[in-house]
Amino acid sequence: MNHLLILPLLIPFAAGVGLLLAGRLSLRAQRWIGGVATAALILVAIRLLGIAAQGEISVYLIGDWPAPFGIVLVLDRLAALMLLTSALLAGGALAYAIGGADRAGQGFHALFQFQLLGLNGAFLTGDLFYLFVFFEILLLASYSLLLHGGGAERTRSALHYVVLNLVGSSLFLIGVGLIYSATGTLNLADLGGALARLDEDARPIAAAGGMILVAVFGLKAAALPLHFWLPHAYSAATAAVAALFAIMTKVGIYAMVRVLGMVFGHGEGMLADLFAPWLLGAAILTLAGGTFGAVASSDLREMVAYLVIVSVGTLLVGLALGTGEALSGTLYYLVHSTLVTGGMFLVADLIARGRRQGAAIVVGERPPRAGLLALLFLIGGVALVGMPPLSGLVGKVMILLAAQESPWMPWLWAAILTSSLFVLVRLSRTGITLLWSGEPRPGASPAASALIAPAALLLAMSPLMVAFGGWLTGYTEAAAAQVIDGRGYIEAVLNQRPASPLRPTSPL
Amino acid sequence: MAGLLALVIGLLVGCGVYLLLRARTFSVILGIVLISYATNLFLFAAGRLVTNQAPLIGAGPPYADPLPQALVLTAIVIGFAMTAFVAVLALRARGEFGSDRVDGEPREDGP
Repeated sequence: MNHLLILPLLIPFAAGVGLLLAGRLSLRAQRWIGGVATAALILVAIRLLGIAAQGEISVYLIGDWPAPFGIVLVLDRLAALMLLTSALLAGGALAYAIGGADRAGQGFHALFQFQLLGLNGAFLTGDLFYLFVFFEILLLASYSLLLHGGGAERTRSALHYVVLNLVGSSLFLIGVGLIYSATGTLNLADLGGALARLDEDARPIAAAGGMILVAVFGLKAAALPLHFWLPHAYSAATAAVAALFAIMTKVGIYAMVRVLGMVFGHGEGMLADLFAPWLLGAAILTLAGGTFGAVASSDLREMVAYLVIVSVGTLLVGLALGTGEALSGTLYYLVHSTLVTGGMFLVADLIARGRRQGAAIVVGERPPRAGLLALLFLIGGVALVGMPPLSGLVGKVMILLAAQESPWMPWLWAAILTSSLFVLVRLSRTGITLLWSGEPRPGASPAASALIAPAALLLAMSPLMVAFGGWLTGYTEAAAAQVIDGRGYIEAVLNQRPASPLRPTSPL
Repeated sequence: MAGLLALVIGLLVGCGVYLLLRARTFSVILGIVLISYATNLFLFAAGRLVTNQAPLIGAGPPYADPLPQALVLTAIVIGFAMTAFVAVLALRARGEFGSDRVDGEPREDGP
């Protein structure tokens, strides 16, 4: 048993609790604790990725109780990739927040760490109920982070976000209850086998539970028609928080891959391809809805929020296709879109700060250092549209190629390519309006380099993902194969022996 | 007993959904609370309904399933915290909007 597996939970938990208990620490001390914890998290995530890349699945039995009775943490390639993505994004968002946004309210750094705890837990857990618990942890932290800074607009969008997610949590529990009543287990590895062996009359119950989970994860992922909370919430949130939230929709996608792809997809039963038609329909709707929203929005931050929805639509296409090739493309695109949209939220905030018109997409003043900001906007735009030479192209081509064999191929190609064209036009017009036209603003103080650096670092991941594209696509292909096969996961979890053998306790 | 429980759960969810669709934060919170009660009862029933049995394997075939009870306990705690949070948020919204409407409009007419 490798104790490194528990560190992604322990580090943010210890830092978050420490920040809360220490009470009125100076902001400087809080920044140090948060920064060191996040840096440590990135290092641990890199190490875990190295372990997972060797192809072995590590299992950590919490309290040394053997699966499926105890709670397990499982590290496979998919989990390690998600951990590193969220840690890198958190590093960028935290660095940006340290530039001044964390002054706006109390408890930012503690909440930020709890958000990371929820995210890491959701990626590592091998138990359906604990997936629910970690979802709740990350949601509760996100409710408060969304409110960070205050103001009526944030309160309004937070109210809608909280109410929708509370209903989503109830649905999640109902889905869990249905699946438990059909199979008698909630351990993901055990569920995989149990669902494949299910009796004829118990199958509809498990299928209903699975469909409810589709709705719940679709709400988290902001798939149409469950996306209404996202544009307002993301455009109202502080930029650093919005950047961190770029991973939140991807948690929904991750849960779909893990639970619907791996657990329900295991074996050859009726449940294996239950969800694909629904997901394909939702994917095309999401692409269309996100594109319309991006074209129609008159606010830069809202436009980036709609681009998040477009990226979710693209991911759903790959997910619904379900082949190894498609899933590999989905994972690559997931990492790319998380980091780039996170960076774009920061760039949007930098632009909005430099103009008297704020984030409104109207011809007005050019922000100071417009050249540098325009370069960042161009990199982010090219990556998001999926033009050469950046990572969006690689991900989209992988998904498009995988769609070739699907009977839905004309629809999928049309949806993805048309959406890319509209987003291209929209981003070009926005860039020209905000950064090219207009007069420079006299007497404005230029954006600090400490704020530009995190945005630039997040966007620089896109060319890096192309430069190391061979290694990364090899990794995502292996991760997708591991998820689709599922046997390795099940065997690793169920065969993990406790460190000390169980002894029968003497009767009292 | 199963029919009665199903009826109660259905009634709670129905009332909860009705309240959830109201335009005022207070009824929305009550709706969420009712739905979470219904969810907890549902989760409890997921382990089959038995009465007067110990949660021990070996004491006879109809044993109570302890796992849903543990799940319900966790769900109650989480639901309690979430309700407290959304109640505070609704109070704050009332203070900031000047009305208790969920869309933040200051109008006071209409339900």
